[in-house]
Amino acid sequence: MSELIIQEKVIDNIKGKAISKTANDQNTDDIVPARYLKEITFEKMGEYVYIDERIKDGNKVEEHPFNKSGASEAKILLAGANYGCGSSREHAPQALHKFGINAIIAESFAEIFAGNCASLGVVCVTVSSEIISKLAEYLEKNPLAELEIDLNKKMITCGEEKIEFDMPEGRRQAFLKGTWDAMAILQQDKEGIKKIEDNLEYLSY
Amino acid sequence: MSQKTLYDKVWKKHIVGELPTGQTQVFVSRHMMHEVTSPQAFEMLREKKISVKHPELTFCILDHVIPTHDLSRPFEDNQAELMTSTVEENTKEFNITYFGPGSGKQGVCHVAFPEQGLIWPGQIIVCGDSHTCTYGAFGTLAFGIGTTQVSHVLATQTLAMDKLKVRRINFNGKLNKGVGAKDLALYMIMKLGVKGGVGFAYEFGGEAIENMSMEERMTICNLAVEGGARLGYINPDKITFDYLKEKEFAPKKYFEKAVEYWKSIASDSDAQYDDVVDIDVPQVEPMVTWGVNPEQTIGVSEIIPSSNKFEGKLKEEAEDALNYMGLNAGDKIEGTPVDVVFIGSCTNGRLIDFKQAAEILKGKKVAVKTLVVSGSEEVKKQAEEIGIDKIFIDAGAEWRLPGCSMCLAMNPDKLVGTQRCASTSNRNFKGRQGSPTGRTHLMNPYTAAASAIEGKITNPGKYLGGYPLKGIKKNE
Repeated sequence: MSELIIQEKVIDNIKGKAISKTANDQNTDDIVPARYLKEITFEKMGEYVYIDERIKDGNKVEEHPFNKSGASEAKILLAGANYGCGSSREHAPQALHKFGINAIIAESFAEIFAGNCASLGVVCVTVSSEIISKLAEYLEKNPLAELEIDLNKKMITCGEEKIEFDMPEGRRQAFLKGTWDAMAILQQDKEGIKKIEDNLEYLSY
Repeated sequence: MSQKTLYDKVWKKHIVGELPTGQTQVFVSRHMMHEVTSPQAFEMLREKKISVKHPELTFCILDHVIPTHDLSRPFEDNQAELMTSTVEENTKEFNITYFGPGSGKQGVCHVAFPEQGLIWPGQIIVCGDSHTCTYGAFGTLAFGIGTTQVSHVLATQTLAMDKLKVRRINFNGKLNKGVGAKDLALYMIMKLGVKGGVGFAYEFGGEAIENMSMEERMTICNLAVEGGARLGYINPDKITFDYLKEKEFAPKKYFEKAVEYWKSIASDSDAQYDDVVDIDVPQVEPMVTWGVNPEQTIGVSEIIPSSNKFEGKLKEEAEDALNYMGLNAGDKIEGTPVDVVFIGSCTNGRLIDFKQAAEILKGKKVAVKTLVVSGSEEVKKQAEEIGIDKIFIDAGAEWRLPGCSMCLAMNPDKLVGTQRCASTSNRNFKGRQGSPTGRTHLMNPYTAAASAIEGKITNPGKYLGGYPLKGIKKNE
């Protein structure tokens, strides 16, 4: 099977302002409440990200990290452990992505959420809880400072420092080759799919 | 590394090939859909001018936005109406079987599809819904996916996935009266945490599981995802095969051949697991969540914990949760007043759940607004055949049409303000039940019914003939 590279979709570097929101177990209902799932397109999802935290009793919560001045220019989110737990709703990563987030640094991710991010081209990388605290401290002192995530070198650049991150190797390769939207590579092996179809006896039961 | 488990066998059988990214391409045996996560996926197909590869392996239903009080069209909620007409058009255009209201087969997807015999052991079954893990009760690998992945399955009948590790959880011993699958799941999540299962498939077994009906097995598998696991399953056995026999979509002519295959994919007696956990079932009492995730749970006879019982970030989370939930550490959870009771959902919306609630509500009256929402048209019909609906109506509860309803309140069934709900659903996240400040306590149907009578969280033991319920070992 030939190596597929989709040049125009290659993602190897994300550089931009970072929002810090490092509570653990932030769930998909926090990110996008269920009532917004009634929209049949993802167009407006960016308007709803963390909406019930950001607006209380009709008033904007000024201290919310996504409400701070400059937050709408952010490309990177710093999060805690088990980020995106809960529902499989793709609306959650869509909301973050449409808000402007292209990469998330967390201690760990809920699986379905991380898979959904990959499908959209949102890069998810993990570091230890100590590094999360360190980055959070840096961003507290330097609000919305720029970070850089280099997928080739597996490094985060924060100020003068370079910090190594983790991510599933398969996903990293998919971003580097532009095949993170798996539709193209899933369509390739027509023979392989036919072989399974012909050999799964229960399909005829 | 796991070996000879059901997971290993079924995974291997469905491998199409290794992808250049290192992920595995797997074949999807059956694809279940609902109205919320499908519209954008169908649109993606239209944009790419692709048709559905296997419409005969694809089934769709309406459950999340459907009202449970009045089905006249157009629905009052414009968005719900648009979402409904969209799914009707999409399933027609792409030639997909659709169970709509009035078909006799409509309901909450994870209740309705299994009862039609659509879920078989030894398969890979997906849906754009995290509680797809429910189907694992049949000894099948079932898990939730996102909308873009839904489009992948529609177009290719395959997915790019990574192999999971397998954790075996032994539920040893017999259930106490009034304690059920819901409580075992909440107890497990309390012990292992909401992130405990990340990277794992859960295999549930042990005496308590072996004695469970298919309905109860579905309840426990439903909650695997709340413990962080991608999927949870139970090895198929005679109970599984008996359930499937005669169901409309079960194998007919080849039923015996199917059973042979199904027996063959069960975990071997010498299967190896990446991890094994033992749970002492007689220690488990009816459970109630006190916080804002399913890990923040205690036994119904216990005291709401102080945040000092937790360390690090869990301590902060506990403080935040107690504040949001308006609870005081040191108070008993029993006696907490509730405003609404919700009995239903893909977790506890099957006939057995309504039988349990009816056992307690018979001849009694509810003190608060109580919504009893059947899991499907079929469940509703069966419940009415045995007169359970009358028990609920006589008690002053509302007997509603099938749908997801107040589990996540995408339809008109919502909490208002800081209302507190005793709920048989699966998530107690902040704002889950329709109000950004609403409060949810998860519990089993017995506990919910008892709470409805008293208007406060109540130990169901009080209404179950005084049968002694053992408390859990208190960790002081």
